[in-house]
Amino acid sequence: MEPTDGQRMSIIVDRSAGSATTERAPVRWLLIAITIAFLSLFLLLPLLEVFVQAFSEGVKVYFAALSDKEALSAIRLTLITAAFAVFFNTIFGICAAWAITNFQFRGKNLLITLIDLPFSVSPVIAGLVFLLLLGSRSPLGSWLSEHGLKIMFATPGLVIATIFVTLPFVARELIPLMQAQGTSEEQAAATLGASGWRTFWHVTLPNIRWGLLYGILLCNARAMGEFGAVSVVSGHIRGMSNTMPLQVEILYNDYHFAAAFAIASLLAFLSFLTLGARSLLERKHGDELAGTRGMA
Amino acid sequence: MKIAIEKLSKRFGNVDALAAIDLVVESGELVALLGPSGSGKTTLLRTIAGLETSDDGRILLGDIDATRLSVQERRVGFVFQQYALFKQMNVIDNVTFGLRVRKLRDRPDKAEIGRRGQKLLDLVQLSDLAARYPNQLSGGQRQRVALARALAIEPRVLLLDEPFGALDAKIRKELRIWLRELHDSIGYTTLFVTHDQEEALDLADRVVVMNRGRIEQVDTPEGIRQRPASAFVADFVDSSHSIG
Amino acid sequence: MTTASSAGWHRSRRALPGLPLTLGITLTYLSLLVLIPLAGLFFRASGLGLSGLWATLTSQRVLHALQLSFGGALVAAALDAVFGAIVAWTLVRYEFPGRRILHSMIDLPFALPTAVAGIALTALYAPNGWLGAPLAKLGINVAYTPIGVILAMTFISLPFAVRTLEPVLADLSKQYEEAAATLGASRLQTVARVVFPAVLPALLTGTALAFARAVGEYGSIIFIAGNLPNVSEIAPLLIMIRLEEFDYAGATAIACAMLVLSFFILLAINALQAWNRRMASA
Repeated sequence: MEPTDGQRMSIIVDRSAGSATTERAPVRWLLIAITIAFLSLFLLLPLLEVFVQAFSEGVKVYFAALSDKEALSAIRLTLITAAFAVFFNTIFGICAAWAITNFQFRGKNLLITLIDLPFSVSPVIAGLVFLLLLGSRSPLGSWLSEHGLKIMFATPGLVIATIFVTLPFVARELIPLMQAQGTSEEQAAATLGASGWRTFWHVTLPNIRWGLLYGILLCNARAMGEFGAVSVVSGHIRGMSNTMPLQVEILYNDYHFAAAFAIASLLAFLSFLTLGARSLLERKHGDELAGTRGMA
Repeated sequence: MKIAIEKLSKRFGNVDALAAIDLVVESGELVALLGPSGSGKTTLLRTIAGLETSDDGRILLGDIDATRLSVQERRVGFVFQQYALFKQMNVIDNVTFGLRVRKLRDRPDKAEIGRRGQKLLDLVQLSDLAARYPNQLSGGQRQRVALARALAIEPRVLLLDEPFGALDAKIRKELRIWLRELHDSIGYTTLFVTHDQEEALDLADRVVVMNRGRIEQVDTPEGIRQRPASAFVADFVDSSHSIG
Repeated sequence: MTTASSAGWHRSRRALPGLPLTLGITLTYLSLLVLIPLAGLFFRASGLGLSGLWATLTSQRVLHALQLSFGGALVAAALDAVFGAIVAWTLVRYEFPGRRILHSMIDLPFALPTAVAGIALTALYAPNGWLGAPLAKLGINVAYTPIGVILAMTFISLPFAVRTLEPVLADLSKQYEEAAATLGASRLQTVARVVFPAVLPALLTGTALAFARAVGEYGSIIFIAGNLPNVSEIAPLLIMIRLEEFDYAGATAIACAMLVLSFFILLAINALQAWNRRMASA
């Protein structure tokens, strides 16, 4: 392999090599033009559209939409749901990564495939699955409602559906990262008498903290933006609390376009933050992140 | 074919990778470029091949001024240190690659290409491995495939970048002898880069000792050993074991 | 876990503690949240009986929705492969102003909530939208047609194609291209015969991921699609509609069909990749 001088994460290729390995200038410029045009039209414009539409009826309407009672409760619900999802999936992700990295057991590949499964399931199907399991028509569901526990068509249902959909994020980030880092440090700690918990806290965690943060960011972004699964589980019951994406849909379908886009703009801000944080993390701690290497 | 280098210079940023190099390699010679890392030996080799562009000076291959020719036009056979065999192609396809990409009017027909490929494999003693893939070969075998591939285009000159660098000591010695015999039988002008002075002195007709972009001495192996032209050469060659 | 000297056999086998706990949590979590719910789905579907399932799935509306979801995703994945390759190549190989910004923007469709993407795309491509208007003049209607569906799918899946390809392209040693050049190959020949085969596995993976994502996508499509039955109605939406009609059986049937189909397609792609890997492992 060509020596890369520890610039493993840099994707700018050394161009001091001669013209044997680059295209002629006209071809280059054409490709660059196509790329810029394509990305601007395809990615930038929709983003711009969100903000233009949000302010299309003026700044006052924009802020009124955001401080509306329903909007505020949607924001609150989104935050709560995401917090739960991130919390549980982080614990899960750490446990799974610890088990997979540090031990040998049969069925590891199957386990990893299972963890990836929610990724390949349509969010609507995700919602459906829990509706079938916990909805009032199922044995489990009727037991729940007999005991006065409302899961489906209520906040707990939203949380569960969101947990399912965002389940893989932290694990997928930690597993390759911890595997790449190896187990030698943990084993050294064990020989020095450290318990499992201390080993994790003092040895593993510092090594994975940026990857962990990155996974949490992705998990959070997806959790806050989740739409399909919560759509099924919320039953579209009017008056029931909605998350922000659901609120966007309701406002949009009621032709309150500016208000819908106003809330959408908040979500868009969130994605900026996520992308920005990702960029920052990549730049400063690129070699401590597994997830920067493609999303597979 | 003779190689003539006139006042060849190349800078990387502030560093003189090559400082006005003058060198003549006679047709059919086997010449070593010897020096520590950073001496410019690989840069010189790559510049001759056209993989780097020089800032100043001329490169003549035979009668042809190759200085402004593209890599493709120079028709130099280059063997990379890591062989750079095309992983998705089997051995025979690797070897015949240079023939298959020729323009239609210069390209032999399929049968002829196959024949030439097989002949080259016979030459490097890998006759039975035509259908294998690079990942199924040992290091020494890959090296020979890389050599056969370079020879397939009937190059003007043959350039080898640390040909034995990636192999272990025993194979290195065997291949050294083998390369010498091959060279004697096919007679291409060959230039190879090495940081291993034992290898250079053992193998080459003449040795070019380089340091920091300059040529310290050009001489036969005995000349280098017995009449070192500078303290650097004396020092560099003095260590009785190879630096590799 | 403390290092109390228990006589457990496992202690002497493993250097590191924590396997029972972490594996236990992992398996329990997965069972409760993934395995059992998905099993429940198939269990419910089986309750319909084969003839019931067949009848549901072969109704015209369902067939069309499935065709649109899978066929559209295929087209979208192909488009993403082409444009993704161009974009990845340009971002990796060339320097130009704005490169860094564009590079971090690739993930936008991935980071943006689907509903936001949905209404934004609709506003953009509606007959009076910034892009929809000029396209309408050319006679191309995007919104409320399958074209809109495919567009939204292409948008949402683009990051998968680019991001899977990028690291492979970046890691590709220049030596192969240099070798091809010394052997006389033109730039085009080098890219076609040396570079392309080397990155093909990554490209296939990216396309597969793009496809999988597009098939199940809901939020970004339903706004621009207009959701006209037998025209622009995607399968996930049909599931939703059945649920709202309390036709749980119908919803379940479609969901199972989608899962099974996706499973087989991804299996095929995995096989393709494994074959490709065999050819190219170094």
